Order: sequence, then C-alpha cells, then structure tokens
Amino acid sequence: MRLESQATDMLHYRDSGDGGLLVELGDRIDWTLNTRTRRLALLLEREALPGVVEIVPAYCSFLILFEPATLNTERLKAQIEELFQEIEDSDDEEPGASGRSVEIPVCYGGDYGPDLASVAQNNGLSPEEVVRIHSSGIYPVYMLGFAPGFPYLGGLDESIATPRLDTPRSHVPAGSVGIAGAQTGIYPLASPGGWRLIGRTPLTLFDPEAEDPVPYYRPGDSLRFVAVSEEEYNRILREACHG
Amino acid sequence: MDSTFLVLEPGSFTTVQDAGRRGYQKLGVPVSGAADEYAFRVANLLAGNHSNAAVLEMTVVGCTLAALKPTWVGVTGAEAEIKKNGSKMAGWSGFALEPGDVLRMDKVRQGCRLYLGVSGGIDVPEVMASRSTNAQAGFGGYRGRALRKGDFLSVVEPSRDARVRSEIPRKFVPDLSEKMVLRCLPGPQADFFRSRGEELFASEYRVTTQADKRGIRLEGPALQHASDSPGGVLSEPSLPGNIQVPGDGSPIVLLREQTVGGYAKVATVISSDLWRLGQAAPGDRIRFQPVDRETAVSLRREMHQRLKELENILHGQSQGSFLDMEGNTV
Repeated sequence: MRLESQATDMLHYRDSGDGGLLVELGDRIDWTLNTRTRRLALLLEREALPGVVEIVPAYCSFLILFEPATLNTERLKAQIEELFQEIEDSDDEEPGASGRSVEIPVCYGGDYGPDLASVAQNNGLSPEEVVRIHSSGIYPVYMLGFAPGFPYLGGLDESIATPRLDTPRSHVPAGSVGIAGAQTGIYPLASPGGWRLIGRTPLTLFDPEAEDPVPYYRPGDSLRFVAVSEEEYNRILREACHG
Repeated sequence: MDSTFLVLEPGSFTTVQDAGRRGYQKLGVPVSGAADEYAFRVANLLAGNHSNAAVLEMTVVGCTLAALKPTWVGVTGAEAEIKKNGSKMAGWSGFALEPGDVLRMDKVRQGCRLYLGVSGGIDVPEVMASRSTNAQAGFGGYRGRALRKGDFLSVVEPSRDARVRSEIPRKFVPDLSEKMVLRCLPGPQADFFRSRGEELFASEYRVTTQADKRGIRLEGPALQHASDSPGGVLSEPSLPGNIQVPGDGSPIVLLREQTVGGYAKVATVISSDLWRLGQAAPGDRIRFQPVDRETAVSLRREMHQRLKELENILHGQSQGSFLDMEGNTV
C-alpha cells in the first residue's frame, strides 16, 4: 500500500538495547516535526500496549521503554505506522495550536541575574535592552529532560545570545533564568551550572510532592517571560508559601 | 515510637530504593531505583516481600542499624562483613532481628552495593509513584537524601509471615570475583563509529572514580568516530545501559539517573546484565561482548525464570507469585 510505505519512509527506528526502541521522525529542531512527534507518542501511550513501560518524547524522536520478554517489536512497529498514518491523514495539523501560552514572571538583574551586565556587554546593548528583548520573545517548549522539569526552549533572539561562563558556578538557585549560546532556559532546581544568569522567577517550577510536579508547562506550550519588580517577585513568593 | 530501626552509622551513601519511578521521564524525572536489580529482588524475596518493596541500598560502606522492634531482614549484593551483635552472618541470607540487636554492614570487599530488604519494606511516602530516593534532585526515599546518623526508619506492616527459608542455594549467588563481561547490542548510533565501534569489544576497560547512578566513566582505548560522523545527536532520551561516547572517545555507561543526552551511543548493555553495573567499583575491569537481539531476549527470560525458581524455593509454589517482572523493569 502506498500510504504504508510513506510511513516507513518517514519513520526511522533505532534499537536502544533489548528494552528500548527509538523512533525518529526527523533530525532537526522544528516545531511542526516536534508537534507530530509528541502527537504520535501520545497516541501510542494511549494504546497502553502490554509490555510498554514508558514513552519519552524529545525534539523529533521518542523512546519506547518496554519489557523485552513480553513485547514483540515488529508488532509494535506496525502499530506505530498505523498511528502515524492517522496523524498524517488528519487535518487539524496547525502547529502548536493546542499549546498554552504561559507567562513566567522574572525579576531581571541584580542578585537575581548577576550576568545581565555581561550579556549586555557581550552584545553591545544596555541591560535594559537585554531585558526588553528577552521579555518580548515567545519561547516554545520542545521537550523536558536533563533535570526534573527542565524545559528545552526555542526562540531566543540571537541579538542576546552569549557563550556560557568559562567556569560554571557550583550553585545556581532554583528559578534562575539564563542564556547559554543561542538558548535560553530556566533551572527548576538548584544545581551547578554554566549558564549566564539574567534573572529569576519566584514560581516553583518543579514540586515533587504536588499532584502535577511540573505545574506550569508541558512540551507544546509557549513561554513568555514577564519582567517584574523585586516587590512583585517577593509578593508572588509569599503567596506561594501561604497558598 | 513506631520506628523499626535507628541509624547508628549511616555508611558512605545509604538510600531507600525500590524498582524505580516509572512514567515521569517525559517530565525529566529519571527512573532511579536499585542499581543492582537482581540483588534488590533477592533481598526482597529473602525478606518475604513482594518484589517492589523498598529496601536500603548501601554504596561501598554499609550502615549500622539498631533494631527497635522484632523484624526479619534479607541481605544481598556486594561481598562485605555482616555482623549481628558482633557475630558474623552469611551474605545472601535472611535472619531475624530482635529489639536491641545491632546489625552492622561493613565496607564492601568485592562489588559496590549492599541491599537490605526488610519484612514489609521500608516505609517512606511514595513520591511520583515510587519510594526511590533521587538524591541529586533531593526528593523521594527518606526525606530526599542519604541516611544520617540518628535517623529513625519505619517499615510497612508485613502482609504475611516473613520467616521464609533463610538461605538460598549457592547457584543463585553471583560470583563478583569473576571477570566482568557485559553483553551488548549495537547502540542506536553504532554507525557513527569507525567499524561500528568494534574497538569497544576488542579491549578491556577500567571503571574510573567518576561513577555514580547517572553513569560510569570508563578508561581504556578511545573510540574513534567515523570520518563522516556528525559526532553527536540532537538531544534524545536515553536508558540505563546505553554506552555514550563524548568527543574525547572515553565511553560512559549510563545508569538510572539520566533521561536525555546528545552524545552518540555506540552500544547498549543488555537488560539482564545491567545488575552487574550496579556492582562495578572504581578499578574494576570490564570486557564488552556483542550479542544479537534473540540472545538478549532469551537471557532476559532466563533471568525472570531464575527469580521465579528462587521464589518457589523460598516461598513455596502454593502462595502465588510475588514477582511482577512485566512492566516493572527495563
């Protein structure tokens, strides 16, 4: 069948041990590709096939973790191709249409963003211009990984791209917003790190005890950083403590 | 006070672990869980538990506990001196503890991690459907951290009498003095490497001190990327056993606290050999051996059968299975 061969052409499988199958839909960072990847992973997850333990989506691939003694990978692949065809045939393909737009309050500069000045200097801008550019961007969330709740974001304006620090800090506070090369990101947890820190959000981005441990965003959403004053930052923090 | 244990000495790194945290890697939360899955399951069988009860995992130096209540424990894993009130106890055995008894597990002589299963299982709150500690991120297990002197541990009320047979046949005890040979399937990016990473299988590698539950960095002949290789990949999900190779050519075997990575993976240790990596200590030598998928799957089935057989020996066949291997493990 023509349609089936189309799926076979567009999907690439790589074995990851006897208990893992990587399914690749492409090899680049692309929102449409990412949307399709997430959709296929979600449809497959809903099938709840016996032996499938977990499905982990990334930029344009997803990993299926399974029990090798139970699951037949050939049948699995046939199922994936069928679902892929469903996605290809459906028309509601508006990229990211289902994603939410999420506002992340950020207090820029000062103790919250000790590298704001160096990012400005690196790009021949004033700190205020860096804040304006960073807080006017829209940052799609492609995937979560590396650390709990850590979002892989696209969309950084290249006029504020800045190389990592030569020497990483041993302690970066939770909520720190940084720039590393052409990427921007947030640290959901305190950790060591080499990103240039330009600000900090008072939101708790990862809360292991909560019903939803990553409450503010998911892959498919878009983030906007909203500049807030130190007073506003502290008010949000206090509310989170009492709420 | 309804605690069963008081921690007298915490050891070098003792955490609460179960089979791991499933279903949260899409949020960047790694699986965690016992690094030596076989020793973990046998510790639970010896303690009379279902296979996913929480245990103590001790790394390199074991802990010393005072029993505050009568209980029954099973000790497995690395080779180390185990003493109850100063008298030696056999490894890979189960035994009773009475209030006031002191159980001391010493520095390991062979291997890396000791497991203490307790009748009923260690009682800590489930966080994201697991009792495993993620010490790096600071949640799960006992207050999200390794045990400290003076901590009190509670156990879950056991659903049945734990006093099973206290010893297991010798064939179920792995010989950790044997040379470590890890069987592998070709990695997702084997084609990125010169002659598909053949060098990995031709040489011996040594475990460095850069080894934790994220992964184990190895020392040995550098693996060469193929001349037309892009080197890395776009960040993609990884799993325990993936052997990734950064630019310097030194392989890193990933374990249970990593979810994504961008380095090319030359090979993957098969699931039934993963337990052995949980016992890999700095300085240990490793050889890798290629196998095919059919072999890997049949070895996986053998591992299930071996545990099933042991369960029957310890608990008798009539009681129904406490092992749920399907869907619980990778």
